[in-house]
Amino acid sequence: MSMSAEREAVASDAAVVEISGRWASLARELLATRRVVIGLAIIVALIAMAWLGPLFSPWEFDERDFTAFRSPPSADHWFGTGNTGRDIFHLTMVGLQKSILIGLCAALATTVIAALVGAFAGYYLGFTDRALMWFTDLFLVLPQFLILAILYPVLRDQGWVVFVLLLASLMWMVTAKMVRGMTISLKEREYVLAARFMGVSHGRIILRHILPNMSSLLIVDATINVSSAIILETALSYFGFGVQPPDVTLGSLIAEGARQALAFPWTFWFCTGLLIVLVLAVNLVGDGLRDALDPHSKSRT
Amino acid sequence: MAKFLIRRLLSYLVLIFLASSIAYLIAATTLSPRSYFEQQQPPPSEQAIERQLDKLNLNDETPLAERYATWVAGVAVGDFGQTITDESVNEAIARKAGVTLRLITAGTLIGATVGVAVGAYSAIRQYGRFDRTATVAAFFLMAVPAVVVAVTLQVTAVWINDVSGMRLLEYGGEYSANLDGGLWATVLDRVQHAILPTLSLSLSLFAVFSRYQRNMMLDVLGSDFVRTAMAKGLTRRAAMLKHALRTALIPTITYFTFTVGILMANATFTEKIFGWHGMGAWVVDSIVTNDVNAVAAVTFFMALCVMAASFLSDVLYAWLDPRVRVS
Repeated sequence: MSMSAEREAVASDAAVVEISGRWASLARELLATRRVVIGLAIIVALIAMAWLGPLFSPWEFDERDFTAFRSPPSADHWFGTGNTGRDIFHLTMVGLQKSILIGLCAALATTVIAALVGAFAGYYLGFTDRALMWFTDLFLVLPQFLILAILYPVLRDQGWVVFVLLLASLMWMVTAKMVRGMTISLKEREYVLAARFMGVSHGRIILRHILPNMSSLLIVDATINVSSAIILETALSYFGFGVQPPDVTLGSLIAEGARQALAFPWTFWFCTGLLIVLVLAVNLVGDGLRDALDPHSKSRT
Repeated sequence: MAKFLIRRLLSYLVLIFLASSIAYLIAATTLSPRSYFEQQQPPPSEQAIERQLDKLNLNDETPLAERYATWVAGVAVGDFGQTITDESVNEAIARKAGVTLRLITAGTLIGATVGVAVGAYSAIRQYGRFDRTATVAAFFLMAVPAVVVAVTLQVTAVWINDVSGMRLLEYGGEYSANLDGGLWATVLDRVQHAILPTLSLSLSLFAVFSRYQRNMMLDVLGSDFVRTAMAKGLTRRAAMLKHALRTALIPTITYFTFTVGILMANATFTEKIFGWHGMGAWVVDSIVTNDVNAVAAVTFFMALCVMAASFLSDVLYAWLDPRVRVS
């Protein structure tokens, strides 16, 4: 048997066993953690509500009810109406859709950037490490809120995808540092050395051996980033630096409602309540995942 | 140790300079001070606008490199230029920095101390009633954006004032404008105004720190050295405070550095919502009025705060961890 054939056989064999083991035990672990189950159930319910809700609503997104400005919740308008007679229920559901999308996309992008920067710095060390870590420190010093706000005139006409990328580019630093630390210890492991002696390229080792072995850290971190992104978006929208009309998010709705929270509470509390429930559910999943995936914390429960 | 700190300090200086430069360059390319003057009523003449822009080093027809060079030359001698209304930026900083520093110092001290204490105690009483209550509170607070916390506090203050029929809590401004009274009246007035903003800032810190400290403490509580300490005859209290808590504080201090950025952003919302005229509120205003020099100056200030916190955590780290001190 030639070397490469042997390697392939071993690799595929190991992969099958390992993958089934990893995912099956992960699923068991997760379903045993009540927090994760509750959190996931809430998130699924919110997603269903956000995408199905508008279908049941008798009003359209742009439609204005000229007979009811700022009317309290009623059978006609479930969450009441806003300043221009738009149906708050429909607006909130569309905002919820966008907030969920922004949270998920920004978290995914953040984790990808963090994993790549951290793993390359920790794997190569030396000059690459110093350059990348210095770059990370620079980003840590830059006040993210301020930079996003300054970039707002450019952002205004770009749509929400660019906004998501910018959010991600200002949130990856702390995870990158953690990934770097873990990479430094992982790169000395036997399986990494074995792969290296078999002639696997550096880039492939990082992608196929090092990153999958810290997947639990990455998954937990991505979950936490979902809620951070949603909260950061809310904050930016409050000052008008976030997504721009006609797009709405929970953040922009909260911003509008906060100014009249006392006089017309329904314009504020429905979107705020949904946002809190969403972030709470995501945090529950993240916290449960950390306990389920982190071998350290097993002894705790 | 001293050598290590000095080297850290030098690299911090470079980072601060770069961060403010980047902020200046982004602000100078994206903001348009010209439109600020063009929108004035009555509209000034073309030449007047040019003259004013040139005077303030904000003219977008001057090449960016030249404007940047002028700005750097000013910063090098400690002059951050003029605001768009032709005031000295330095004077504005002197007026506003204190407000923000007071707010974040008080907010951090209260939030972090209470958070660490609550987190450590819930770890000792894991799954007890105190732990459960603290966990629920922390989870809930972490899910509420700073903006909503501040607005809710204002609404509550209005309600409390209504119920009690007095102005117990103030929720706008930093002090009453026309107050004549002695020293104590002034102090009381300041405290009245400071309660809500400080509370709003420290609530989110409390949530984050109590969770983090609880997890760190749980990791430490099972270790051998804590058991050994008690086996040697130390009281439980001493073992917890001197051995467990001290060790568990080390990662929390590193974590503190990372939260400063969020803290600065939260300070911005708090100042803006409660009407304090600090650096945070200033940055929002100066972006709206296209004030490039002010934006760069606030970035400098915020970067300085982040670095100061980072330096402080280095020192605290050395104080808590004997291994760092010795090497």
